Amino acid sequence: MSERFVTRGFVGKRQDAGTAANRIPPGQHLVKDFPVLSAGPTPRTDLRRWSFRIEGLVKEPAQWTWDEFGKLPAQEFVKDISCVTKWTKLDTRWRGVSADVLLEHVELDGRARFVVAFSDGGYTTNLPLPDVINGQAFVAYEYDGKPLAPEHGGPARLVVPHLYFWKSAKWVRGLRLIERDEPGFWESLGYNNHGDPWKEERYSGD
Amino acid sequence: MKRTLEWQIATVKAIRQETANVKTLTLALLKWVPHRPGQHYDIRLTAEDGYSAQRSYSIGSEPERHGEIDITVEPIRDGEVSPFLDDVVVVGDRFEVRGPIGGYFVWEASDGGPLLLVAGGSGIVPLMAMARHRAAVGATVPARLLYSSRSFDDIIYRADLDALANRDGLQVFHTLTRSQPEGWQGFARRIDDRMVAEVNKPFGPKAQVFICGPTALVETAADAAEAAGVAAERIKTERFGPTGA
Repeated sequence: MSERFVTRGFVGKRQDAGTAANRIPPGQHLVKDFPVLSAGPTPRTDLRRWSFRIEGLVKEPAQWTWDEFGKLPAQEFVKDISCVTKWTKLDTRWRGVSADVLLEHVELDGRARFVVAFSDGGYTTNLPLPDVINGQAFVAYEYDGKPLAPEHGGPARLVVPHLYFWKSAKWVRGLRLIERDEPGFWESLGYNNHGDPWKEERYSGD
Repeated sequence: MKRTLEWQIATVKAIRQETANVKTLTLALLKWVPHRPGQHYDIRLTAEDGYSAQRSYSIGSEPERHGEIDITVEPIRDGEVSPFLDDVVVVGDRFEVRGPIGGYFVWEASDGGPLLLVAGGSGIVPLMAMARHRAAVGATVPARLLYSSRSFDDIIYRADLDALANRDGLQVFHTLTRSQPEGWQGFARRIDDRMVAEVNKPFGPKAQVFICGPTALVETAADAAEAAGVAAERIKTERFGPTGA
């Protein structure tokens, strides 16, 4: 729709001019709390049985136990995040391991073009490989200085802050490299395949 | 590529007070399509200067009602869209919507049952679409609703739920967490494991479970349903955090 339909009597609540307005993608609004959204019960995995794996189109898969994962070089990340349900939260503070660090442990097959993140509970989400590398994605196990809570995806979740937050798979257990794109859980249920908040790629066809 | 969800203009056809602070808006849609019970619409409001805000609202009505949908609005203090829908909107007003959206938290009679619905507060809305759909198609799928409200007067759709219970075999179990009228026979505490197990007892592990409400309620009820033997993939949740809507 090229011309916006004006709603009688609607003024809206603007963000403070200058501070945050240019960090909030279209159709989003700022929240201070951290809403929880997930499609089913929160899985709880015994850390003794937890592992993280990189598999698929790689020469040799890589796998870490919880203890091994904790010894990988970690970084602090401060990122703005946007959920397709319209909230945006600024300056969220995480600690975890960059996907670049994880991918250094495998030799990629030249055919690898896409990544499927897979999680406890069966959740999956798909990402183009270029959206995962070069400092754009990490696996977080701390939020705001504390171990990541189960309802927010703990013990560890993928975080891909430049895409809508359903791409940041909770309870993540690994990344699978593939040649041809495969829609994940929400991507098969009407949500956009890519999910860039700045382009409002919310739903299929957006 | 699947069809694009296009914005269309909805006209407010009726406004109904559900409780002291909750209203239902009936929206007439020219490009109405049948939804699946549990789905939602996005609403976009635009100010004179082009500033706009979007929010999602669950559909409370059944898809058998053609040409219109109900949304139910509980105004959130300091919110942006919900106080406008609650306070400013009158019958005849128009605004943009697009939908229906969401393909997971949905139930149709053909999906079978038995059906266990668990709701807290305005989390009843998408479950009401399921219950109304079940009645509209005359489905005999056994269905139970466990519904948590603060007080008797805060029960959304109370009369409609009574009617669904009396006419259509929906078994409704209320719990009132803050205050109860004299002689109250229902539950009188927050939803817990024991309550979910009791309501789900006749269904056991066969239940298909839909839970919608605030995060703490959803976490508790989902864990309780798992503890009652229901497999995780049969438990679907939708969580309403306080998102400043």
